[in-house]
Amino acid sequence: MSFLAGLRYMDRRWIFLGVGLLVLLPLLFSFHIAPVQPSNRARGFYDAIEKVPEGSVVLLPGDYDPGTAAENYPMHLAAARQLMRRNMKIIALALYPAGPPLTDQVLRIAGAEYHKTEGVDYVNLGYKVGNELVMSQMGQSIPKTFPVDNRGIPVNKIPVMKGIQNFQQIRLIVNVSAGYPGTKEWVQQVVSRYHVPMVAGVTAVSAPEYYPYLQAGQLHGLLGGMAGAAEYEILVGAPGLATRGMDAQSLAHLFIAFMIILGNLAFLAGSKKGNGR
Amino acid sequence: MKREIPILITLVSGLFMLLAWFVPHPTVRSAYEGLQNWAIVVVGFTYVLGVANLLRINVRQVSRKERDWPYKIVLLAGILVTMAVGFSEGNHYTDVDSRFQWIYRTFYSPMTATMFSLLAFFIASAAFRAFRIRSVEALLLAIAAFILMLGRVPLGAAIHPAIPAAADWLMEIPQNAAKRGILIGAALGVMATGIRVILGLEKTYGGGES
Amino acid sequence: MFAFPLKVGDTPNDGGGSVDISWTPPVHHPTSWILVRREQGGTFAPVATVDGADSHYSDDSAQNGTSYEYQLVASPADPALDSEVSGPARSSVNLFDWSKLNVLVVAGIFFALLFWYIRKSEGGVKWVFRKIPGLDAIEEAVGRATEMGKGVLYVPGVQDIDDIQTIASMILLGRVARITAKYETPLDVPTNSPGVFTVAEEVVKSAYADAGRADVYRSDQVRYVTSEQFAYVAAVNGMMLRERPAANLLLGAFFAESLLLAETGHAVGAIQIAGTANVHQMPFFVVACDYTLIGEEYFAASALLSNDARLLGSLKATDSVKILMITVIIVGSILATFGQTWLGDFFATQ
Repeated sequence: MSFLAGLRYMDRRWIFLGVGLLVLLPLLFSFHIAPVQPSNRARGFYDAIEKVPEGSVVLLPGDYDPGTAAENYPMHLAAARQLMRRNMKIIALALYPAGPPLTDQVLRIAGAEYHKTEGVDYVNLGYKVGNELVMSQMGQSIPKTFPVDNRGIPVNKIPVMKGIQNFQQIRLIVNVSAGYPGTKEWVQQVVSRYHVPMVAGVTAVSAPEYYPYLQAGQLHGLLGGMAGAAEYEILVGAPGLATRGMDAQSLAHLFIAFMIILGNLAFLAGSKKGNGR
Repeated sequence: MKREIPILITLVSGLFMLLAWFVPHPTVRSAYEGLQNWAIVVVGFTYVLGVANLLRINVRQVSRKERDWPYKIVLLAGILVTMAVGFSEGNHYTDVDSRFQWIYRTFYSPMTATMFSLLAFFIASAAFRAFRIRSVEALLLAIAAFILMLGRVPLGAAIHPAIPAAADWLMEIPQNAAKRGILIGAALGVMATGIRVILGLEKTYGGGES
Repeated sequence: MFAFPLKVGDTPNDGGGSVDISWTPPVHHPTSWILVRREQGGTFAPVATVDGADSHYSDDSAQNGTSYEYQLVASPADPALDSEVSGPARSSVNLFDWSKLNVLVVAGIFFALLFWYIRKSEGGVKWVFRKIPGLDAIEEAVGRATEMGKGVLYVPGVQDIDDIQTIASMILLGRVARITAKYETPLDVPTNSPGVFTVAEEVVKSAYADAGRADVYRSDQVRYVTSEQFAYVAAVNGMMLRERPAANLLLGAFFAESLLLAETGHAVGAIQIAGTANVHQMPFFVVACDYTLIGEEYFAASALLSNDARLLGSLKATDSVKILMITVIIVGSILATFGQTWLGDFFATQ
């Protein structure tokens, strides 16, 4: 049996080792393969926030949990930075039970950089069970849906929530989402009914699902996965975790393409020898 | 009667929710939203059943010293300790320096991220094992996959600007068209299944013959 | 400078209590407007503050049947910029949301076709459907597991019981459980939601009883694992690696865990049949599983397996509506090319 034909029976842990090394080395040794070029979708996301008048109220739902933090957290942090740089009043919430601590972390880090105060410039309303029902209830009354914030403080005592009744006071929704409930539900329940402009940052695997919404104008910008997050970090001027990860991702993609070719060569070699199905 | 009553409840509530979606009258709307709230409450109660089942099965496996029983102790300890810590801290469980948050940051967060990261390894091994170019369509798929994989990372733009442009075109035009077709079909399937359940044509989900 | 007019009227398609006010903002507009309102014959009082560049506001504090007049007052104050006083407007309750008429039309057509095809099916008409290899493979997979002395693992997805894909999965579980009861093949069903657990337990228990094999049913066949997505995946992967089932049925709503489950199942040598309507996970299942039910094939599975005339009639109705939609898309595209957008506009949802 030739070497190529024998590769068909290779222990898949060699493949795991290859992926592991190619992802680890760029992160450890910080070598750059190519600069990140922002796409039109990332520009749309950035420009939509830039167009909102300074000091406006923006809703920042962070609908993800630690499982997808590698993709969603960098875009969430970059969005918080851009919003705070433009002095927006941020109302943050999460529809994933494990989401609020990540939202807290993002707001705290960005808040410290831009000297913003919790309660005055931003608030984390925390998690509420109910998925789309929460969005629908917020359309009636945000204070009734979230009577207290994540710290347990009544919202009527929080300065940034003053005058906020429902989506009429919200200028833009900046949604970071991992799946369900997330961007699709916000578009169906809120954008369609209340016509609030929206941008979304989602995981790479679910990004294609939202292209129709982008084309229809229901989303003004879309970030897909870590690549989208890296493009957005460049636009915001704060390259971070996602930008550093792009070199690792470039090598991983090359490796997967190589694996497809190698797998087919191994299959062909095995078939020619009559070893294959 | 045991099987007929749930089917009747499904029929009445299903038809009501279907029609209520079209009616904005406040009385109908508040009943519509009230039913949805009740569904959330009922689901909340089922968590009690779920945890009870979890404890029952794992305690039995530990007491009988079935295979891998020490790991069941770890599982039980994890559930009980996390619940105890969360309850003991009350409203302060969301505080940054709380013990509950420590459990979240130290155990839950890295373990969840690790499981998701396994995808990268599995995609590589699936690509090697299963992506066989045995037809023209598979070859086209492979070419599209190569363009997209390169176009989605900075390397593609560094090789040639046409690569990310081609990747964008593939995503926006053929991919979108195919996806919309599948979505329309799936949506029709959803509608058909929902109507079959509401009208009682499908009873298997409730433990009955159709 | 002339005061600009306000257009006011009842907010359409709502439950009342709301008046829509719209205007074309002047070129030189103030920082903000104060929207003031009075009942006819009354005095103006402020209702809301609106951004100077805005052109629309919905007053949600209106009382049904009361006639109101509105005006936009510039802030900072500048009477030259103020709007005209609007004509009277009153809010009222709408009994039907006309913006959803297109959905009602399609649903009505579907219902009509459904009942028509069911009548025809009950009258003895036999419909022909294409073969779906994944469905035929289900019984083969269970048979294979029985011959090898191993079990079947049924994963009903990661969504709660209110998701239609999970309901479809429960329907299929009932059918699979009857087969495993008949062959006395071990069946394990790990669930990730307590709601799904309670329904799945009832479905499996009833299926075994209906097959006359209640003695073979085990109380720990169906278990609740966890509601956390990746913890659930870890647990199910662990079950696969320890129990080494001969057949994996991955039928339901899946997200990022689809490839994790499918690859692990392949590694233990199980035959795998997957079915989901989540478009973004289909490629992973197609690559990693032996058979995949794509989109509507998954929803059609239970009807095809049952061979019930009425259920098969509903499949024909679905196919007919699809042909109708394809026709509308083609005709609508041609019309839109020549500037006639009325057909496309009718089906628009916003």
